[in-house]
Amino acid sequence: MKEYKTITEISGPLVFVEVDEPVGYDEIVEIKLPDGSTKRGQVLESGEEIVSLQVFEGTDELDRNSSVRFLGETMKMPVTEDLLGRVLSGRGEPIDGGAEIVPEDRRDIIGSAINPHAREYPDEFIQTGVSAIDGMNTLVRGQKLPIFSGSGLPHNELALQIARQADVRDDIGEGDEEGEDEEFAVIFGAMGITQEEANEFLEEFERTGALERSVVFQNLADDPAVERIVTPRMALTTAEYLAFDKGYHVLVILTDMTNYCEALREIGAAREEVPGRRGYPGYMYTDLAELYERAGRIKGLEGSVTQIPILTMPGDDDTHPIPDLTGYITEGQIYIDRRLESEGREPPVDVLPSLSRLMDDGIGEGYTREDHGDVANQLYAAYAEGNDLRDLVNIVGREALSDRDNLFLDFADAFEDELVDQGWTTNRSLEETLGISWELLSTLPKSELKRIDDDFVEEYYRGEDEEEKEAEATA
Amino acid sequence: MSKAETAETEDEGRITNVSGPVVEAKGLDARMNDVVRVGEEGLMGEVIEIEGEVTTVQVYEETSGIAPGEPVVTTGSPLSVELGPGVLDSIYDGVQRPLDILEEEMGDFLDRGVDAPGIDLEKVWEFTPEVEEGDEIEEGDIVGTVPETESIDHKVMVPPDEGGTVADVNEGEYTVEDPVVVLEDGGEITMLQEWPVRKARPVERKQTPRTPLVTGQRILDTLFPIAKGGTAAIPGPFGSGKTVTQHQLAKWSDADIVVYVGCGERGNEMTEVIDDFPELEDPKTGKPLMSRTSLIANTSNMPVAARESCIYTGITLAEYYRDMGYDVALMADSTSRWAEAMREISSRLEEMPGEEGYPAYLAAALAEFYERGGRVETLGGRDGSISVIGAVSPPGGDFSEPVTQNTLRIVKTFWALDADLAERRHFPAINWNDSYSLYKSQLDDFFADEVDDDWAETRQWAVGVLDEEDELQEVVQLVGKDALPEDQQLTLEVARYIREVFLQQDAFHDIDTYCDLNKQFEMLRLIRKFNDLAFDALDAGVPVEEIQDVDSAERLFDIPTEENWEPLVEEIDEGLDDDFNELA
Repeated sequence: MKEYKTITEISGPLVFVEVDEPVGYDEIVEIKLPDGSTKRGQVLESGEEIVSLQVFEGTDELDRNSSVRFLGETMKMPVTEDLLGRVLSGRGEPIDGGAEIVPEDRRDIIGSAINPHAREYPDEFIQTGVSAIDGMNTLVRGQKLPIFSGSGLPHNELALQIARQADVRDDIGEGDEEGEDEEFAVIFGAMGITQEEANEFLEEFERTGALERSVVFQNLADDPAVERIVTPRMALTTAEYLAFDKGYHVLVILTDMTNYCEALREIGAAREEVPGRRGYPGYMYTDLAELYERAGRIKGLEGSVTQIPILTMPGDDDTHPIPDLTGYITEGQIYIDRRLESEGREPPVDVLPSLSRLMDDGIGEGYTREDHGDVANQLYAAYAEGNDLRDLVNIVGREALSDRDNLFLDFADAFEDELVDQGWTTNRSLEETLGISWELLSTLPKSELKRIDDDFVEEYYRGEDEEEKEAEATA
Repeated sequence: MSKAETAETEDEGRITNVSGPVVEAKGLDARMNDVVRVGEEGLMGEVIEIEGEVTTVQVYEETSGIAPGEPVVTTGSPLSVELGPGVLDSIYDGVQRPLDILEEEMGDFLDRGVDAPGIDLEKVWEFTPEVEEGDEIEEGDIVGTVPETESIDHKVMVPPDEGGTVADVNEGEYTVEDPVVVLEDGGEITMLQEWPVRKARPVERKQTPRTPLVTGQRILDTLFPIAKGGTAAIPGPFGSGKTVTQHQLAKWSDADIVVYVGCGERGNEMTEVIDDFPELEDPKTGKPLMSRTSLIANTSNMPVAARESCIYTGITLAEYYRDMGYDVALMADSTSRWAEAMREISSRLEEMPGEEGYPAYLAAALAEFYERGGRVETLGGRDGSISVIGAVSPPGGDFSEPVTQNTLRIVKTFWALDADLAERRHFPAINWNDSYSLYKSQLDDFFADEVDDDWAETRQWAVGVLDEEDELQEVVQLVGKDALPEDQQLTLEVARYIREVFLQQDAFHDIDTYCDLNKQFEMLRLIRKFNDLAFDALDAGVPVEEIQDVDSAERLFDIPTEENWEPLVEEIDEGLDDDFNELA
């Protein structure tokens, strides 16, 4: 393999090299520094004479005397089931001091798209034990459901709670076979988070024994930003291998996507590309889609890849390009809300802007419980109405409102107290979640439950003096 | 460049630069928009720029590992689709490769370098001629029919610019490449036509659309109708229900043919369409919905260049069926992804950007696309139409961005999706204050003839009530509902019925998902009847609380989900009379 000592330009994370033989696009390079240490990089643009590279470990200490070797292949991730329980760097190298990894296969980290014709539509309920999610924004296997959060909000706690409690129900649902033993794995891809945050995850994983069925990819805040470009791809390649070759149900947590996008912008700027909105590259949608779309199920295969990417919205603004483009690709989103957080709700999930697009097909008779969909709709409607009235109360006071309005205001408060604020360690079954939901709905008169089928109201409504209550409400 | 060199490099060049989907080659003598094969693996690409001796190509497949020095070969023809029986009931990627064939050839993941013809060249079709020896035929004339699917007869047409005297006709079973009609001048007509996607198929003349595309969606048909041959845009922030609305239109609209383009869509969503449509029945014919549908699925993680082309592939398929005299509906979800694909390619070409980084030709490209819709007299004198319905995904839900704005300048129907309504679970979340349709007046005659003379007037009444409610809501926000005078409280009550009974419609309910025009009209008529009786009662001194408590009015909520709705409407009609007589 030929070595070039022809670096002509070093600019930010980019290196330009003169070559006299053709080099493949996306190929991996090894750069040897004069002191003998090596760095790895990737071809960003390949011309006949000049090749531009991005260097994963950053360009510190590189000089004109560094030599560049093209490895003749694109970036690969060594995969094996033995990866479970391991902690790797953002470039996929073990950093836990454990044994060397003997790969079963080496997979291209730029995954190919799943043929839409080969996909299996996701409709299997995952019980996260979090009422605000299970009850109203149900997660299903093969879905990508991001957490939209802000700086200083407890999105990591929520992700951990989900990872700890996530459970695919076997006891309910007609399609499931008896005693099926589902293999479950968590892949954790950290991009640019602090050591402290990373430790929080690791300690939690170790404490609960979850580490055994996890693979951790760790790119920390002080690791080179460019490396963040490959971290999620490594994580997802591993996830696809475990899911589609080994039959695992894989939950992939990627945090923090905002740092990933910043890295993308940094490289774009270094290449002097024409920037898109807020300086992010014009191809960010495509780039993000290449990550998020790697969730799913495939017909005839056991496993599944479910993604929970986490992103902190700069300025809590969901029209910022990162959450905006993400929302257009993912199948819904879970919002963490600052007001609920400051009121001490755990988890502070705001269900109103949250959404799970795949919910309708994964719930109801044969999947969860027949009244699930109606209950979720009714809770939304009633909570939204109560929440709207809060603004009005601030102006005119409670006394000026009708009894009906007061009922809805109380409902909104109770909804946050009882359903949302369950605590970080409470793991609720869906039955419990629906039970609490009906308790809440039973504070409203039956006539207000327009979105629920009458038969379900008959079966589950627990209000006592409905007649009286109805008379009261309308009086 | 010397002559000898030119001859040598006629159809093969060498790659000089690779940057993502954009590849530069030297020594290639190709025309603009010609399809080329790139690299040793023969990836599909299209010429998008020629400058000096450098030819720039956008590649429809992943370019990892492609290196300078590899060959680029031109095919000498522009990006084209294959048109003939077999287009319906198919699922294609952005360059008309059938996804099921690709799955067979490369497995669950999309690999590269595989080519597959858009329609099955081996399959045999039963051709029934409609011309005889000695007939004079010209471009656009129908020479025969083929039963393509259960619901659609495929009309085999003389391709544009061809024609002559029929010398021989072959009846019976043939493949699409076999000649079915032979002309005296030796010309042959087969069931297969090829057409370049970026060029509109010729028509005799454009006509004014006069009939509505009935969608079975109350807010669309009654308040904001689109004509057969009309154009509509559905912009909305994420989560507001664009895709569900598009799916509803694809399922229920009364077009003969539906072309559904999933452009940069979610993979799982596309799978839902692929799984659902073959199982659904066409409400008109009871035949499988897929038998009138062609799907183009280019998910967001498929190569960006194919996303740019999928819209053109879709509209060309639509034009072909329009030429047969069918009413075609084209759904494009989403045109924003298409615009972004243009932006991405444009920025790789280092073109001077226009607004928000979009290329300066964005407006022109959008206009050109929507202009390919419309109602036309085809070559051969048939009446056909393409209704184009484009979803728009404005960043941050902000309608002032370039794609929405440039689209609004062209389309005549605007269905504005609203995040607030969606958050409230009011679906379809189409905002009745912001949306509009410019087809109302040209469609009113149809509604008067087919449904009821009062159609237009009743609609106008409903719009009036909703406008009034909008104004009153501002007051309510400040002082609360109970502080309003009684007549205004009553208006709010009536508006609530319009919103919750009429405008809300449950796409996932077996019955409510489709509402025929008569049912739509009767529902609105009953709400209006309640309104008239209620205001009479109020004038007669009945307190508003009592009016609000009328039992039959509550029963209006039962109509949307009632299959056998006519008796129910009658019952409520009479009930309203009785209830108000009692109050008086």
